[in-house]
Amino acid sequence: MFRNQYDTDVTTWSPAGRLFQVEYAMEAVKQGSAAIGLRSRTHVVLACVNKANNELSSHQKKIFKVDDHIGVAIAGLTADGRVLSRYMRSECINHAFTYESPLPVGRLVVQLADKAQVCTQRSWKRPYGVGLLVAGLDESGAHLYYNCPSGNYFEYQAFAIGSRSQAAKTYLERRFEKFMDSSRDDLVKDALIAIRETLQGERLTSNICTVAVVGVGEPFHILDQNTVQQLIDAFEIVAEEEPPAAEAGDAADQETAAGEGAPAEEGAAPMDI
Amino acid sequence: MMYGKGLKDYVEQVPGSRSGSLFSERTLYPYVTGTALVALVYRDGILMAADMGASYGSTLRYKTIERIKPVGKHSLLGASGEISDFQEILRYLDELILYDNMWDDGNSLGPKEVHNYLTQLMYNRRNKFNPLWNSLVLGGVKNGQKYLGMVSMIGVSFKENHVATGFGDHLARPILRDEWNENLSFEDAVKLLEKCMRILLYRDRSAVNKIQIVKITEEGTTNFPPYSLKTFWGFESYENPTAGEEGLW
Repeated sequence: MFRNQYDTDVTTWSPAGRLFQVEYAMEAVKQGSAAIGLRSRTHVVLACVNKANNELSSHQKKIFKVDDHIGVAIAGLTADGRVLSRYMRSECINHAFTYESPLPVGRLVVQLADKAQVCTQRSWKRPYGVGLLVAGLDESGAHLYYNCPSGNYFEYQAFAIGSRSQAAKTYLERRFEKFMDSSRDDLVKDALIAIRETLQGERLTSNICTVAVVGVGEPFHILDQNTVQQLIDAFEIVAEEEPPAAEAGDAADQETAAGEGAPAEEGAAPMDI
Repeated sequence: MMYGKGLKDYVEQVPGSRSGSLFSERTLYPYVTGTALVALVYRDGILMAADMGASYGSTLRYKTIERIKPVGKHSLLGASGEISDFQEILRYLDELILYDNMWDDGNSLGPKEVHNYLTQLMYNRRNKFNPLWNSLVLGGVKNGQKYLGMVSMIGVSFKENHVATGFGDHLARPILRDEWNENLSFEDAVKLLEKCMRILLYRDRSAVNKIQIVKITEEGTTNFPPYSLKTFWGFESYENPTAGEEGLW
């Protein structure tokens, strides 16, 4: 994108009918590290790539539990994402208090979108620089939504946002028709493979990704590292036709290396132990 | 009114009232009241019964008041106590259901949600010392789940298989406790309700012999036309009430 005279204020239209500030905010989402979501009739899986700034620091938290039946993965300005997560938690709790019933995810998503829209129409505000993949349940089953800084929201069968998300999208596009009837475990496997696509050759380990699941009868929770590593090992040993990002033989070594945090192994930052 | 000092400036305001009022603006007593209400869960849904009377103190003033009303697609609300407060509650619920329908997203407020909303409503009014003077009964069916609950004017709230308000709490509930069971057919449930309403008719001075029964099942609400219960007064001791006591007042 190029700089021009119509992009200073969010309340300035360009002659072509565009709000550049909103589009720039959407760029911020594309620069964030990848997050993907996919759903079946009864379950939704969110997964994201957790990149630490450097070996010494911990990585950003990108997946938030909003309620027992709703969770969100973010890409972009994580600070904005945290604030919006707090808003979502607040809305869910207020609804549950008054009605003793979980807030349907579809309604939460609309409230979120309306909140984002306000920031596109006030000269003293700026759009939220974060894209949200909202996973949740309501009366009609499991749903996955994408909330955009523009104030738009869409429901998806599967989606990927953030940097190098196109690779994940390509993988998901090939497989999405089967997702509706997938089992929960197949869904998680597909999520991990999609994440691996965004890594473009780098080794997929449980240190650099986070996976979360929500489903009918299964409250939203983030899978722990060991479980994720076992799942990765399971499908990497089988080594399918996907571009090989990991060597099958090393899978066993990875387990011990992650525990030791040996500097020779990539991706195992000290703070992960 | 705006110039100089008025009476308002010399009169102490009731705490919490709108400024400018000389008198208390919170509920002190009920005026037009409905009496007992009885409801139970039966095999296919919920049955609620109430008489159609509203008293003005000790006068049985109105005889065609519907004290049971449908709320949305899935619930029934019945009330005893102040009728004007019941109408106010119906307006609140109307707005609630309206906004719920406006979402148009396949989700809808069921009886559990409405019951909890009412609980919060009643409790918060009670905390402001300005109660809605009603005992509410909320029943309904959604997705096959039957629900029946009560909320009192002070915000006491619970779910039960059979409930009754006012005098019904004392006269009808013992009968229900003995004779209610999970698999009541519609006919048996009506007979049981009639038994309760008959006791109330005999013993509650504010009862009126015109009963409204309303049923709610998964399919929806059915209002039955009002009718009167058969009563029996032909007891021997009623035949000649002053026998043995002539001449005494």
